[in-house]
Amino acid sequence: MIQVENLTKRYAGFTAIDNLNFEVERGEIVGFLGPNGAGKSTTMKILTSYLPATSGTARIAGHDVFTHSLEARRHIGYLPENTPLYHDMRVAEYLRYRANLKGVTGMQVRKRVADVLELCSLHQVERKLIGALSKGYRQRVGLADALVADPDLLILDEPTIGLDPNQIRQVRDLIKNLAHKRTVLISTHILPEVEMTCSRVIVIHKGQIRASDSSENLLRNRRTSAMLRLEARTGSDEARPLLAQLPGVREVAEEKDGDFSIFQLRLDPGNDPSDEILRMAVERRWNVRELMRRRPTLEDVFVELTHTDS
Amino acid sequence: MHTFLTLLGRELRSYFYSPIAYVVIFFFLLASGFNFNTGIRFLNRTDAEVTVVEAAFNTVLFWFPFILIFPLITMRTYCDEFRMGTFETLTTAPVQDSHVVLAKFAGAFLFYCALWIPSFSYFAAFQWISGKQAALAAGAYGGSYLLLALLGMFYCSIGCLASALTTEQINAAVMTFVAIFAAFLGGLSPFIFNITSPASRDLISYVSAIDHMADFSRGLIDSRPVVWYLSMTSLILFINLQVFQHRKWKA
Repeated sequence: MIQVENLTKRYAGFTAIDNLNFEVERGEIVGFLGPNGAGKSTTMKILTSYLPATSGTARIAGHDVFTHSLEARRHIGYLPENTPLYHDMRVAEYLRYRANLKGVTGMQVRKRVADVLELCSLHQVERKLIGALSKGYRQRVGLADALVADPDLLILDEPTIGLDPNQIRQVRDLIKNLAHKRTVLISTHILPEVEMTCSRVIVIHKGQIRASDSSENLLRNRRTSAMLRLEARTGSDEARPLLAQLPGVREVAEEKDGDFSIFQLRLDPGNDPSDEILRMAVERRWNVRELMRRRPTLEDVFVELTHTDS
Repeated sequence: MHTFLTLLGRELRSYFYSPIAYVVIFFFLLASGFNFNTGIRFLNRTDAEVTVVEAAFNTVLFWFPFILIFPLITMRTYCDEFRMGTFETLTTAPVQDSHVVLAKFAGAFLFYCALWIPSFSYFAAFQWISGKQAALAAGAYGGSYLLLALLGMFYCSIGCLASALTTEQINAAVMTFVAIFAAFLGGLSPFIFNITSPASRDLISYVSAIDHMADFSRGLIDSRPVVWYLSMTSLILFINLQVFQHRKWKA
């Protein structure tokens, strides 16, 4: 559905995206991750023919976005960052206008608008001025606009930014429901959202792809360590060097909490010294309050892949 | 065609959604009514052999508000889209750039035409009350309104271009005003700079809106101004399209 080859975008003295290559198959939901300024929006703007690339090609459903822009755009429903809308129009009126603009004709307009109003729960506000709506509603109007012509491909640039947790959940469910017959490319900062909705994640940093895989695989293959947290009353200062000597432990940090010490152990990948720690605690009569293994999250992967000097 | 009409519909509606449209309509009616009144007073005072149309469209009072309305009509055409970010939703929809440019121009032009509709009633009322020959001049009506349409096209295209060049409405308005006023003053330059050479005067009268109006409101429909305004409008719309595409690629 999307094919990107050697895509590069340079501004004067600054490379926004650098030689990107990726493909998105029909029916995939792909999360596009990266810190601010990584080139996510730039890539999306090139895919939607809003910006030209400096070099390289991008194709949507086989149509080059530069030379066959109109055909390419017919396949796309796009929600730009910050959801620009005409504030002087009413919700249903705006959606009818957008449907017509995207080539929906005749009786279909009415039907499609009714469908997306339903889908995005906009019925209560369909006669309201867009300028008078809350951020959450506007976001949904933007989403309804992206959906109104029933496109094969949805490109959503931070669709949940500025929404409250309930609204984020609604949008997430909405996107999941759409997924059956559409391809979705979604950029976001909210990592749990990606873990829950996306079948694949592309991490982009400084204009380059750092990883492209399912979130499970990313978590499994990640290079940095997991963490162990131990809270115990040890009664002496010997615990920290002892823990640090254990095989697979890379680093130990200690904090005091009254009588108790809180140790944070950074581990080498694939190691789990919990057994040894417990044995040691029994032998030395430490009073253990908590021993917890923290599972790595997508956030850790994200930080690792996009840490500025990595 | 379907997308063009959709865009045009949105343009026209957006004029009537904004309060500024009603302010423009109000002042334009006030100014044109006052101007018409002046024309009739002029007819009452003299024995001049002119029609009421000629009297009404050849005063300074006519030209000043006339030039002033174009910046007001066109200043928001593109600026608003840039400012609100809707330029992005507009240009990423499957719409041809030329359709957008033409629809914006046509929207401004049709709104301008709508401003003139009430003026028919002035002449109708005049004829009804006076029953004078002065009002019955089909050629003068046809000529005057044709020229108003041509001038409107030219000046609206200038306004649209100015609006596409900037993100601030006020900049667009000032640019439009300066450009139109310069074009207008160009026609007056023989008087201002005391140009006497017949060749220069001839050349200037080709492009002088005042000279054109003097002819057209008498019913003298000359093809040269028609070609001049149509070709200038096309040229400016073409430049407008280039600017639009440049803005799009730059944004």
